[in-house]
Amino acid sequence: MWWYLLKRLGLSVVIVLMAIAALFVMLHSIPGDPVSIALGPRATPEIQAAYAEKMHLDQPLAFQFLIFVGNVLQGDLGTDVFSNRSVGLTLSEQLPYTIILAVAALGWAIALGIPLGCLSAIWPNSWIDRVTGVLSVGTIAVPSFLVSIWAILIFAISLRWLPVLGAGDEGDVIDQLRHLILPAFAVGLGWVGYLARMVRASMLEVMGENYIRSARAFGLTSRMVVFRYALPVAVLPTITLIGVGFGGLLSGTVFAEIIFSRPGIGRIIYDMVLARNFPVVQGAVLVTIVLYVVVTLIADIIVSWLDPRVRDSL
Amino acid sequence: MSETRSDIPGPVPAETPVPERGYSMGREKLMLFLRNAMGMFGLVLVLMFFASAIFAPLFATHDPLAMDIPARMSGPSADHWVGTDQLGRDTFSRVLYGGRVALKIAAIGVTVALTTGLILGMLAGFGPRWLDNLLLLVFDTIRSFPTVVLALAAVALLGPSLELVLVIVIVTTIPGYARLARTSTLALKNTEFILAEKSLGASTARILFVHIMPNVIGPLLILAAMDVPVVVTIEAGLSFLGLGVQPPTASWGTILNEGYLIIRDTPWMVIAGGIPLVLTTLGFTFLGEALRDVFDPKLRRGR
Repeated sequence: MWWYLLKRLGLSVVIVLMAIAALFVMLHSIPGDPVSIALGPRATPEIQAAYAEKMHLDQPLAFQFLIFVGNVLQGDLGTDVFSNRSVGLTLSEQLPYTIILAVAALGWAIALGIPLGCLSAIWPNSWIDRVTGVLSVGTIAVPSFLVSIWAILIFAISLRWLPVLGAGDEGDVIDQLRHLILPAFAVGLGWVGYLARMVRASMLEVMGENYIRSARAFGLTSRMVVFRYALPVAVLPTITLIGVGFGGLLSGTVFAEIIFSRPGIGRIIYDMVLARNFPVVQGAVLVTIVLYVVVTLIADIIVSWLDPRVRDSL
Repeated sequence: MSETRSDIPGPVPAETPVPERGYSMGREKLMLFLRNAMGMFGLVLVLMFFASAIFAPLFATHDPLAMDIPARMSGPSADHWVGTDQLGRDTFSRVLYGGRVALKIAAIGVTVALTTGLILGMLAGFGPRWLDNLLLLVFDTIRSFPTVVLALAAVALLGPSLELVLVIVIVTTIPGYARLARTSTLALKNTEFILAEKSLGASTARILFVHIMPNVIGPLLILAAMDVPVVVTIEAGLSFLGLGVQPPTASWGTILNEGYLIIRDTPWMVIAGGIPLVLTTLGFTFLGEALRDVFDPKLRRGR
């Protein structure tokens, strides 16, 4: 178990380093001089030279990369070229909004998707199975940004039930929750269908196993068989799927944050891309990658903790 | 693996889709597909997508760029079937022409990604261990960038364009094909017919392209059908954010973007721009699933 954890952790670290290297190469392949891009055309040669020295831009590229990695490892993501604030500080203010949205979206999707998948696997070809089937294909087919737009059209503009823009007033929890409903609905909707299909498929597979038949033959109640023996096994691939699909979830939150004008990491990347504020873009992209790698790591650890077979395979 | 293969009569391996001549097995698969209602529904939607994109100039009622300011932001009428946008351009015609952008991105993106992924995957599966590990690491790294975030970073550096969207689509979908090709290649690597070929002195290229590729490509083609909606959605999403296709070119994404800006004046643009996206996704998903069930039942879970 510890050996597995160590290997898995090492792999995550290597992936993050590779991603940092990829990002670094991308940033240094921008056509043009980084100093004049950062400072704009009006900077004097003295200011440019001072900036180049401060950012180590006069050093060889490999040395710059080491400094870059070193700073990132110390938690220093650089300085915003416009406001001169620390990028890390800006991002730490934005990150909670993104995490709240992602958790809320995934939360309602799990709460609805897994029971639906379970029920349709217990009673295949029943009305609930058919409704779930149609629902899951339907929800998967509508991209999350389209759900956002259509949800705004229906619930905010036609019915006027919910507010559209922003994250709600500071300190007013009810208002913030009201602002969270539509984005969380939009980001999570596709996941309901996705999870339901996945759970249904692996449930059906598990329900056909011999040990489930034995459990039934021993006269256990259906409820006991499903919840005690089948579901814990059937849910394993779903946990892996949630981990792997987290990147897609982050893409969804980016769209939702932009469309609903919510604060968050995705929105700050978008705004800073338009403003060409590269240090913030770089820091924020790095944060999303680390977030993704950490979530997949947690998902894998949970699965390996629940399923000894996975531990031995890596 | 090898035992099941040798049971199959005829020179056609199980996964090869549609043999050239009418082998009874091929005809049987065709019948199976024709009887699959969802698959046929998907096929109809996919054909509609192709036809409307290719013959857009024939079906369009207006020039997609022609402005008619007095009739701006109107609802459906006899002249403008689903209304007009903020410049009075006919939304129906623009949606048709937007399908051309989607088709172009999907066709080029999926073809290039499939080919590259196939070659990289076979190399990873057949080549030395270090190459396999390196390629897997690269794929994992690519996967750790959420698509939209990668696209935003790339656009920040290079500026928005259709070509950049294509590159992003290709880079992010290659790992899927490569992993699938790698797994099948690994399974074939030590089978008897490959070993025999090796001992006869066949070159690696010959083994990969003549003997392994035909056995590996089937599932990849099915994945390609299911990837089309993903690709189309990425293009629409990026264009919606103003990072892909640039105005005045019509794309489903730019129509949604312009429609979103005037959503309080007219809802018709965001409805008309979204429906083809949903129908295309449904069509390719149904078609892909039906193909998978018919040609590669092993891939189907939960039997």
